[in-house]
Amino acid sequence: MRLTVWLASRLLRLLLVLLSVAAVSFGLMMLSPIDPVDAYLGPQMAQVSPEQRTLIAERWGFNTPASVQFHHWLQQLLSGELGWSHIYNQPVSDVINQRFQRSFFLLLSAWLLSLILGVVLGIAAGSKEGSLLDRLISGYAYITASMPTFWLAMLALLLFSVTLGWTPTCCAGPTGVLSQEVTLLTQLHHLLLPTLTLALLGVATITLHTRAKMAAFMRSDTALHAFAQGASRFDIAWRHGLRHASLPAITLAFASLGELFGGSILIEQVFAYPGLGQATVAAGLRSDVPLLLAIALFTALFVSVGNLIADGLYQWADPRIARDRTNE
Amino acid sequence: MNSQPRLVAAGYAGVFGLLVLLLLSSSLWLGDSPLHMQFGARLMPPSAEHWLGTDALGRGLWARTLAGLALSFGVGLSAALLGTLIALSLASLAMLSPILDALVSLLIDTLLSVPHLILLLLIAFALGGGTQAVIIAVALTHWPSLARLLRAELLSLRNAPYVAISKGFGKRQGFIVWHHLLPHVLPHCLVGALLLFPHAILHEAALTFLGVGLDPTQPAIGVLLADAMRYLTGGYWWLGVFPGLGLLLMVLAIERFASMLRKAL
Repeated sequence: MRLTVWLASRLLRLLLVLLSVAAVSFGLMMLSPIDPVDAYLGPQMAQVSPEQRTLIAERWGFNTPASVQFHHWLQQLLSGELGWSHIYNQPVSDVINQRFQRSFFLLLSAWLLSLILGVVLGIAAGSKEGSLLDRLISGYAYITASMPTFWLAMLALLLFSVTLGWTPTCCAGPTGVLSQEVTLLTQLHHLLLPTLTLALLGVATITLHTRAKMAAFMRSDTALHAFAQGASRFDIAWRHGLRHASLPAITLAFASLGELFGGSILIEQVFAYPGLGQATVAAGLRSDVPLLLAIALFTALFVSVGNLIADGLYQWADPRIARDRTNE
Repeated sequence: MNSQPRLVAAGYAGVFGLLVLLLLSSSLWLGDSPLHMQFGARLMPPSAEHWLGTDALGRGLWARTLAGLALSFGVGLSAALLGTLIALSLASLAMLSPILDALVSLLIDTLLSVPHLILLLLIAFALGGGTQAVIIAVALTHWPSLARLLRAELLSLRNAPYVAISKGFGKRQGFIVWHHLLPHVLPHCLVGALLLFPHAILHEAALTFLGVGLDPTQPAIGVLLADAMRYLTGGYWWLGVFPGLGLLLMVLAIERFASMLRKAL
């Protein structure tokens, strides 16, 4: 019963947040100094007469007040119509569908890899605070946390693709080959470096978080008791610490989906990987408003669901949190 | 026991301040060299004459990297200060009435649910790019996490006995927020601004790298690295390595300084 109430209130909240994401991003697009007719016409804007321009504005409703346009857009959105992307010349939903399919594997594997690596490194570092291993791992985590995402990707590209020649320098498949004919192995080969760099960046926050949890656990009475019973440090870390530290790490991983997606935008740009991140940049640079709006909403949904799962995990694992919240 | 971290922080602050001064004054002693082209020395590798090498137009990378760092520092600092100001004003506004509180919370949730970089792209797009747009965009995307922190802090303060007494004297909510609550969270703001700072710098560089941030004629780190991307496959490694390394070192220094200050305060 309590769970259903909680879920219902969170879903309502999610809807409210999505609606305000729609309003905020639509408002931002309205603020833009770029003329929507120019954006629609692209390079052909010089060849169009003023009369035709008014016709275009009328056809697409650019001359109506912003509130009417917003209302219209929302109605379209609710009926599943996301609009037309003029830079890819196909429906926005198709663009997102194709692009997200390509990004999905990249995001998922990087996410899993960073979670596993982060937990392992965090437990290794936190189980003996102040040891050489701890200092090495924390140092590594601090450095990657301050590193520009795209720069790490550039360094990886420079080392592994340009200098050593182990991995391809760009794209999702070899140039001049149809995407249907690219084998799975080649696809994976092209994904290898982007995935690794994206994962390495996510590792830092999870490592530091897990390390702090683990170090606190090692100072706790539970650990002291286990030590007194003669258990080894490895034993304690493995049997007790892992359970203590892994749930917060999983929760954190769900809560930081936004950062993961932001990282993928930069990484796809560096590796010229034709995923959703690259489409986002293209839409921003070439003012494809419908695509940009749809991507903002899509990623907000993605991130909110991640946050919802993180919150649910917390509730499930620690009932005290639910109680605190009702007291507020 | 408490004096040692303070001493370390003071020493660190001295070195840090000196570096910042040197960086900020770099435009004086570098002159126009970040933009000066030498067509006889294009794409030269690092040497005694060109410390970090030169780019495709024969501009010295040493001077350009320093100028880029100074630019990033300035933009990052302005954005962090502006973001802190927004966070503080909205968090205290939320204290005035439950309706305002709900609205501010909704705004925080909304902005936090869109990935930073996408929101940045949207805002930079709405404002049309350029230095000012980047500062505003970074400030607008970075205030929510700090505001959430400040709001929680203010909420716990609101139940303090002295606030109840003040309320008993018939003081208005606005008076209480301004005179009793705000002075308490100001130190949090300082630390918050310092913690926002490195994020602001990294996001500015990312935005500029993608081509929607600072003007490409400016020697910003993002511009230098976007330039380097074009020559990366040709093996001109110094173009990509040094500007990024400079940025990493600067962000790392600020990050360490901020966490040291937080411990010392």
